[in-house]
Amino acid sequence: MESLRRTFRLLTYNKVGFIGLLGVIFFVLMAFVGPYFVPLDTKTKVDKIYEPPSKTFWLGTDSEGRDIFSQIVHGGKDVLVVAFLAGIISTTIAVVLGSLSALAGGGVDGLIMALADIVLTIPQFPLLAVLAGLVKFNNVTLLAVILGVLSWPALTRAIRAQVLSLREREFVEAARALDLGTKHIILKEILPNMMSYIAINLIFAMTAAIYAQVGLVFLGLVPFSGHNWGVMLSLAWTRGAIFFKDSLWYIMSPVAAIALFQLSLISFTRLLEEIFNPRLRTSV
Amino acid sequence: MSTVQPAQEEAPQKTSSWLQRIWRNYMLRRVAAALFKIWIVITLTFFIVRLMPTNPIDAYVNELMDQYGFSYEEAKDQAAALFNIDLDSSLWDQYVQYMANLLHGDLGTSYRSKGTPVIKMIAKFLPWTLFSVGVSLLISFTLGILLGMIMAYRRESLLDHTLSALASIFSAIPNYLVGMMILVFLGVQWKIFPITKMRGSMSPGMKPAFTWAFIKDIFYHALLPILTYVLTTIGTWMLAMKSSTISTLGEDYITVAKARGLPERRIVTAYVGRNASLPLFTQLAISIGFIVGGSALIEFIFVYQGVGQLLLSSINTRDYPVMQGVFLVITIAVILANFLADFVYGWLDPRIRI
Repeated sequence: MESLRRTFRLLTYNKVGFIGLLGVIFFVLMAFVGPYFVPLDTKTKVDKIYEPPSKTFWLGTDSEGRDIFSQIVHGGKDVLVVAFLAGIISTTIAVVLGSLSALAGGGVDGLIMALADIVLTIPQFPLLAVLAGLVKFNNVTLLAVILGVLSWPALTRAIRAQVLSLREREFVEAARALDLGTKHIILKEILPNMMSYIAINLIFAMTAAIYAQVGLVFLGLVPFSGHNWGVMLSLAWTRGAIFFKDSLWYIMSPVAAIALFQLSLISFTRLLEEIFNPRLRTSV
Repeated sequence: MSTVQPAQEEAPQKTSSWLQRIWRNYMLRRVAAALFKIWIVITLTFFIVRLMPTNPIDAYVNELMDQYGFSYEEAKDQAAALFNIDLDSSLWDQYVQYMANLLHGDLGTSYRSKGTPVIKMIAKFLPWTLFSVGVSLLISFTLGILLGMIMAYRRESLLDHTLSALASIFSAIPNYLVGMMILVFLGVQWKIFPITKMRGSMSPGMKPAFTWAFIKDIFYHALLPILTYVLTTIGTWMLAMKSSTISTLGEDYITVAKARGLPERRIVTAYVGRNASLPLFTQLAISIGFIVGGSALIEFIFVYQGVGQLLLSSINTRDYPVMQGVFLVITIAVILANFLADFVYGWLDPRIRI
């Protein structure tokens, strides 16, 4: 009981971060559990086009009289899955290549850094726009892989720098003197000390993946259909929803959903920083 | 050292000495690395672009059938008349041909706008991207540095907290969503800006000239993209400058400057400002590349005729030479920005001057 209370106090210590955590939980629940409770409204109702929010239509109706709220609930899953997968892929590549680069040194180091340099030089978004053409209809995994494989270089450099500095610390030297082996030193000494950095950068990688994927879907470069915040945005745009006063809710609902989710993620990193770094806490 | 070495090894060392001299010269090494990177990007994009599903002819045939109701045969004849490109020659031959042309400064001609040299199209679109992005960066960088310093001097005040919150909110929201909100609220709902009139990079019939009317016109048309870029990038500068200023204020030379009784204005500008803004210049280079690359979304939203729009239309029509030209230009922009940042850094910080 005491430990539970302490955990709670730790979580609520940073208020902005805690709100971020609640936001993230809310969106995850809405995207994965919500669809079981809110049925998707697919029936065209000509007499109910662009209705304002009401008790039946919480966020109003779209250009065909369908409920916007149900589309928002059903449209989150793809976005979240792609973001999470892309984040995991790019962070894993960065951690592996960064550590390898720092520990192996020499030619391997030079090669990895040169590769990172080149990938950083290629204009990211235009390259994604071209590669998006390879994504087949509604293939969430492939999109995540493409996003993840292109966004590792910056973090790789940072991880390399961290490992280089951690490697010289006393506790690593002690472990080396005790002959605990490379595997132990990497997994038990160096990696735990980078965990907070890695976790926070995973979140940043997720926000970058959301930026890119929604942007690509919005421009119509990824052949996605169905219910996805990016598709909603794209449809609202092509149907000219920005130009009518009544269609405000149609275009603003996906905008708000994406923006709020991004904000929640960014605020959540502040909480992570404090949980992982006890030196930032003043009292718990 | 060389006295111990056997005599045979001295000959190969001499032949490669000019290579070593290039290697030792920092500037030359950077230029060589830059050229190498440009070549890699050209090669990669050449093949990636051609790997895309649907080739230019099919894209055109589909467009004719979808938009103008052509039958497949009609559309195919029409396409065959428009394109006299040989997509059947081997990819390698095409690549060698492209590189040879490129060395003569020839970027090829557009498939779609038949016969228009790619370089002409880029010359038409690129200035607008550079103009809007350049002005935005200038505004957000200077304003961000100023506000960041104010926040550092008045830290923990109401102003600091408000600006910090706004900065984190605006840098967390994707820039195209901010652009959309500007369009929806300022343009449609509250009718502050006549957005349909502000489309394009200048008013129809406007002649580029160094006149007040022209300058006013291009700023008017670029106003909303610039506002979007500034709003979404200024937060990063503010927060970075704030933390940099706070750490600079703790330096010994600031205490010494104060002890010497230097006027406060001189301390703020020459001592704190100059030193605290240094680390931001390297970030500036990275952000130039990012913004130019991401301009496609903003230019699409505001119908602004920049290089991003050109890229999008060339992707949709599979206009390979144009796509590659745009890639090349953006890559060169990124590399030049890096050079510029190094140069500015060296100029601002005499400690690292080479």
